[in-house]
Amino acid sequence: MKSIVIGVIGADVHAVGNKIIEYTLTNAGYNVVNIGVLSSQEDFIHAAIETNAPLILVSSLYGHGEIDCRGMRAKCVESGIGDVLLYVGGNIVVGKQDFAEVRERFLKMGFDRVYPPGTPIDEALADIRKDLGE
Amino acid sequence: MSDVARYLMIDFGSTFTKLVAVDREREDILATAMRPTTVTTDIRTGYRAALADLEERLGGPVAFDRIVACSSAAGGLKMAAIGLVEELTVEAAKRVCLGAGAKVDLVLSHHVTKAEVKKILDKKIDIVLLAGGADGGNTECALYNLKMLGEAGLRIPIVYAGNKDCQDDVLALFETYGLEGHVAENVMPRINQLNVKSARDAIRDIFLKRIIEAKGIKKIEDEIDEVVLPTPEAVLTACELLSKGYMNEPGMGELCVVDIGGATTDMYSVCHATKRSDVILRGLEEPYAKRTVEGDLGVRWSAPGIVQSLSEEELKMVLLDTGVDLKAEAEKRFADVSFLPLTPEDEYADRLLAEMCAYKAMSRHAGRMEEVFTPIGMAYNQTGKDLTDVRTVIGTGGPIIRSRFAREILAKTSAVFRGTQELRPARPDFYLDSEYILAAMGLFARIDPLSALRIMKKHMKPLQ
Repeated sequence: MKSIVIGVIGADVHAVGNKIIEYTLTNAGYNVVNIGVLSSQEDFIHAAIETNAPLILVSSLYGHGEIDCRGMRAKCVESGIGDVLLYVGGNIVVGKQDFAEVRERFLKMGFDRVYPPGTPIDEALADIRKDLGE
Repeated sequence: MSDVARYLMIDFGSTFTKLVAVDREREDILATAMRPTTVTTDIRTGYRAALADLEERLGGPVAFDRIVACSSAAGGLKMAAIGLVEELTVEAAKRVCLGAGAKVDLVLSHHVTKAEVKKILDKKIDIVLLAGGADGGNTECALYNLKMLGEAGLRIPIVYAGNKDCQDDVLALFETYGLEGHVAENVMPRINQLNVKSARDAIRDIFLKRIIEAKGIKKIEDEIDEVVLPTPEAVLTACELLSKGYMNEPGMGELCVVDIGGATTDMYSVCHATKRSDVILRGLEEPYAKRTVEGDLGVRWSAPGIVQSLSEEELKMVLLDTGVDLKAEAEKRFADVSFLPLTPEDEYADRLLAEMCAYKAMSRHAGRMEEVFTPIGMAYNQTGKDLTDVRTVIGTGGPIIRSRFAREILAKTSAVFRGTQELRPARPDFYLDSEYILAAMGLFARIDPLSALRIMKKHMKPLQ
């Protein structure tokens, strides 16, 4: 069973979506490692190392996601899991910005998949299956 | 008097062998005695001397129903904790060792190097606890590390308590390298979940079957019934019993115990991580009965460690405020560890050093609270244990028990400075283990927990 680390990054306490993601991915047959709200980049990375997770799914709902996610790929590389898949989704930037541009910024930051506000988790699930070769 | 149930509890400490004779019927202590530990020559010499003192106090030889001992003699139980990530399996492994009453002399993470493996030998480690990976997670690291231990030809017991997925591979490696291996449950089966019991039991088992023999402690079993625990585990057992109570006999509630010694300062807390519903707990799960040990804080061997933990500026402040040159005083005590304070000045310097042990040890034991501003209001982010509501702080260990300033020393465990993030006991009452019986009662609790509890409650002396 493959492990997926999920959690809400930064000073963000939105817990509802986080539970829905846990529920959906668990039902889909993954070992979901939910580190919960108020999680730092290091919390995600450490959990991925210990659980040998090939994928980290970062949620951010309060608009500061861009600041919170900066440098995460570099830390993964330094921690020996440079090839881990990084997904991010939610209200990841402040205000109403053109999402194509937002996606581009996050891809440049080293994220593999970037989801706009209101994306159903099932949509991400299809990507997960594809990316994990299932 | 032969119908009276009498028990003898012995604590073979690093410095002193302490005897406590218990009368089970009266639920009280008959007598105590203390003599220097003689483990380097023959552990029985010190024991017999202490027993002679005890018998003199009791007015003649006594037939004890049972004689049991705990030991931290000959360096105690020295362990190396190996894990993967520092904050997770390394920390979990470390906590298991401490909960088992060990001294953690070496902490290693990720892939170990040859130099690190050599340290295991150099530091004369007794047992290695090898962890790494949550269940279903990383197995590569633990297997790599085990191979490194095998290649080095390690001849000491290894407890594997990592990811269960590779237990079979671990057993095969034990076989291949001829290692004395033991397998226990994972210390961290899931992220941030701590699983102490199985690994702790494995460690205790090895301690009893092997370590006490190797250290020349087992010889004593000709004269007593058995050595059953490492001393700190006996103290932890006593703390938990004294806190929780037993059946209808209430305990003292949540508590902390600080044990200051010449070489180390041990801190124990028995309470939940938090009682609040408005905080978010971060990090590895906290044990309900938790022990931490500070190897650099002690009033003799480790006195220089206290000085090192202070800045030049702080040392100058101490000199200015109190007239005590802490550095010189610490060096004096390190050079002569049997030093006893004779003048009021010496006594005052000892008090200052002990106060700093208490202050620093609590600073490292207690949790922290961070206030986080979020768009939906203030959130409280807690790591470690919240001790603010703990109302009972008990002092034990020679330097506190013998000091005239026990209360002042213990007061340094509470929230003395305002505005720090440390979750120290806010307004505790202070007690003294004046008869030095906590370890003995941890042992007696295995025979009769109710009496052990009542005796402890009777003898913890309130400090006004």
